[in-house]
Amino acid sequence: MSRPIRPTPRSFQEVILRLHAFWAEQGCVILQPYDLEMGAGTFHPATSLRALGPAAWNAAYVQPCRRPADGRYGENPNRLQHYYQYQVLLKPAPADPQGVLLDCYRDLGLDPLLHDFRFVEDDWESPTLGAWGLGWEVWCDGMEITQFTYFQQVGGIACEVPSVELTLGLERLAMYILGVENVFDLPFNNPDSVAPLSYGDVFLRAEREFSAYNFEHADTTILLRQFEDAERECRALLAQGLALPAYDQCIMASHRFNLLDARGVMSVAERAAFIARVRALAKACCEAWLAGDCAEARPALTAG
Amino acid sequence: MPELLLELFSEEIPARMQARAAADLARLMCTALAPLSPSNVRTFYGPRRLTLAAEVAAATPEERTVERGPRAGSPDAALAGFLRKHGASRDAVREEGGYLVLDRTIPSIPAAAVVARELPPLLRRFPWPKSMRWSSRSAFTWVRPLRRILCVLDGAVVPFSLAEGEDDGHGLRAGNETEGHRFLAPGAFAVGSFADYRAELAARHVILDPTEREALIRRDAARLAEAEGFSVVEDPGLISEISGLTEWPVALIGRIDEAFMDLPPEVLRTSMRVNQRYLALRRPDGSAAPRFIVVANLAAADGGAAIIAGNERVLRARLADARFFWNEDLKRPLETLLPKLAEVTFHAALGSQRDRVDRLVRLCGEIAPLVGADRTKAERAALLCKADLVSGMVGEFPDLQGVMGRYYALAHGEDAEVANAIRDHYAPRGAEDEVPAEPVAITLALADRIDQLVSFFAIGERPTGSGDPYALRRAALGIVRIVRDNRLRLDLSQFVSPDVRDFIAERLRVQLRTEGKRHDIVAAVVGRGVDGDLMRVLSLAEALETFLATEDGANLRTAYARAVNILRIEERKDGRSYDDPLDASLLSAKEEQALSASLDALEPVLARDLAEERFAEAMATLAALRAPLDAFFERVTVNEQNAALRANRLRLLSRVRRAMAQVADFSKLEG
Repeated sequence: MSRPIRPTPRSFQEVILRLHAFWAEQGCVILQPYDLEMGAGTFHPATSLRALGPAAWNAAYVQPCRRPADGRYGENPNRLQHYYQYQVLLKPAPADPQGVLLDCYRDLGLDPLLHDFRFVEDDWESPTLGAWGLGWEVWCDGMEITQFTYFQQVGGIACEVPSVELTLGLERLAMYILGVENVFDLPFNNPDSVAPLSYGDVFLRAEREFSAYNFEHADTTILLRQFEDAERECRALLAQGLALPAYDQCIMASHRFNLLDARGVMSVAERAAFIARVRALAKACCEAWLAGDCAEARPALTAG
Repeated sequence: MPELLLELFSEEIPARMQARAAADLARLMCTALAPLSPSNVRTFYGPRRLTLAAEVAAATPEERTVERGPRAGSPDAALAGFLRKHGASRDAVREEGGYLVLDRTIPSIPAAAVVARELPPLLRRFPWPKSMRWSSRSAFTWVRPLRRILCVLDGAVVPFSLAEGEDDGHGLRAGNETEGHRFLAPGAFAVGSFADYRAELAARHVILDPTEREALIRRDAARLAEAEGFSVVEDPGLISEISGLTEWPVALIGRIDEAFMDLPPEVLRTSMRVNQRYLALRRPDGSAAPRFIVVANLAAADGGAAIIAGNERVLRARLADARFFWNEDLKRPLETLLPKLAEVTFHAALGSQRDRVDRLVRLCGEIAPLVGADRTKAERAALLCKADLVSGMVGEFPDLQGVMGRYYALAHGEDAEVANAIRDHYAPRGAEDEVPAEPVAITLALADRIDQLVSFFAIGERPTGSGDPYALRRAALGIVRIVRDNRLRLDLSQFVSPDVRDFIAERLRVQLRTEGKRHDIVAAVVGRGVDGDLMRVLSLAEALETFLATEDGANLRTAYARAVNILRIEERKDGRSYDDPLDASLLSAKEEQALSASLDALEPVLARDLAEERFAEAMATLAALRAPLDAFFERVTVNEQNAALRANRLRLLSRVRRAMAQVADFSKLEG
């Protein structure tokens, strides 16, 4: 039986709390955001690295995502250079992952008998991670509310146990559920609180300042140096077999690349070359991760 | 005949792959089940299922064969080996034609056993464009996870599974159950016959037949549009995609916020189509209507109110994005985007889009005077025609290339002809598309395609039988259509190498064949030295076609064939050609003198007719050959005893051949 429809959440944070409770109930470890800047929740080692190897792994977490080129100085009601993704990795894939996801929507108050849910083809690929998978954009009344991917490869390595990755754009989802047209108007906490705060109260200034930084002030010479430092450090750590610290450096290199990209200083060919350099790091980190994966640290793989 | 019903029930299959998959399923099943002579094979497809229904024989026919063994009287060991191989005993063997033979009967196999044997390997090899793993338990892949297999023969389950050794095949076993609509009728139900299956699905809110879903979408969309005085903009591709996204299509009508109605209609339509799969509507006067049709996958409990409200909200956000690109793009004149074009690679071996633009400017300068276009305007259009490729809007919606360039050009005060050329130089994009008609657009459209052909031919990237990755055939056909529809007189040979010119002429021939015209006539007239002038080729072909339909033409063609035949045989026999000048003193018969005289009279007239492109007259001139040539064949023996006379008569025939070859290669004519 599918879950009952719950009343809709009343704030941005209630959406997150509801998701945490739901995925905890599904047996996920509820992790905290990774403490490095990244462009997508997939970069969190709890997804990228854990998708590899034979071990079972069910995790859910919020990840702040930085997309420097998407900043609009806080003037666009739908675009942000910093936003949150809710990320779920289910490995092995459960017997009916679509059904679990639909239950998650019911838990958020979305009734599939009133709304139009659709699974629309979307082959996911991350050129910097060397990863790809097949799946869908999940639409609710024409809006993409989730990216649903069956991972096939990460870091150029075939996933031994295919997993399901679910990525929910939290602001967009909350705006939809709460019927808000401008992200900055989104109630962050309960509107009945002593001091109700909106998303704009919390983040508008950051959007303005970081847009200025991303587009105008980021020092490309420093960024380039940081990219190269991270790349060098990553290689050095890989030589020591330290997969996780090396992967941190890979994440840093990737984000410096995103910042350089937003500054518009790269030609098309240079851009492709940078992507290839990040991918090479990611691939080496994934290989090091698998090489160091020792049996005693491995939870038993449950049948699925 | 027993009825076979197969349904492959999976998670959502990409809409664009469904029709092909159904066709592949029918083809593979017909091959695999050939011994059961399948008939009345029907396939259906939708988001979650591929279905095949067919009638098959109850069993394969019994077959009798005779296995030949060792020669009669061979050593016992040979016979023992033969018997072992076939698992037969000595008394089953008889002698025939000096050999020991075994009569064998391949027993009839029941249909269920054949289906159960053939399906697992067929499904394992199914040719999806991309398929995936979804569990480490099995190496079986499908386009998305396969969840059920329904396979019944006359109502009884055909037992098979996808397991194979260690591989558990995802635990998939054929059964008699399927599911209806995901939300409106959850849960599984059992199925007996195809009629039952189809009816039960309909009762469970699934329309099995994609054509039925399409018809329903069309009908309901039209009804909703008409109720508000609008009509639906035809888009068959989109309707079939929507049908591939829905099992229970329900059309709903929504409003486009008036605030966005000043965006270009192409932007509205493209944003709705590409991002949202909405059908666009128009007013009776053809302008964009502030409504859209969205097709939901269910009849919602509230009549669709929440779905419409949600879609309207999504569209507002989408159009706000489009408006952002539009406003940003309008701030920058196209010319200021040119430096960015230098960063966009056209092809590794052919430089950037900026390099390409420079080539187009040069070409336009040369073509413009030949097609009556203003040279300055044509060069200006060429300079700006690719700039919109680096605009925000085209980055978001590549289909709007050219269309946006025109708007941006107009906004910055470019001449209307220049702006139109920026849009229209991509036309014709397909067979149905119109051809540019304004001189500046014509110039740029030709230049664009000529550059494409010349550049790719120069780096050895020619189309092959199997592939044409740079769409060079389409480019050449585009040139043919632009020249024909505008009746342009220009010799393409000035701009292209002979191999490109021949490639274009070949497209002309193929195009005429597609139109059901006599393409052999074009083949016969090309190769007269001015093939780069397609209109000349066409009018010569037209004159020849008319001529061949007359009695003179038909007779002359027969006489020509006879002359060429004789020449071919004799030239081969003698190992020489008879193209050398004839000796007038050796013309003995009065018929050969008459033929020679008529050639003397005809040759200069024919040359002048052709040079002045009076092709009908050229044909009439040629017709004057008929009587003397007929008389010649009637009275004169070519293969004379006298070698000198014979050689001279062959020279005379060769002269006929040469004269006629000025008009066409008559040997290429068919039928």
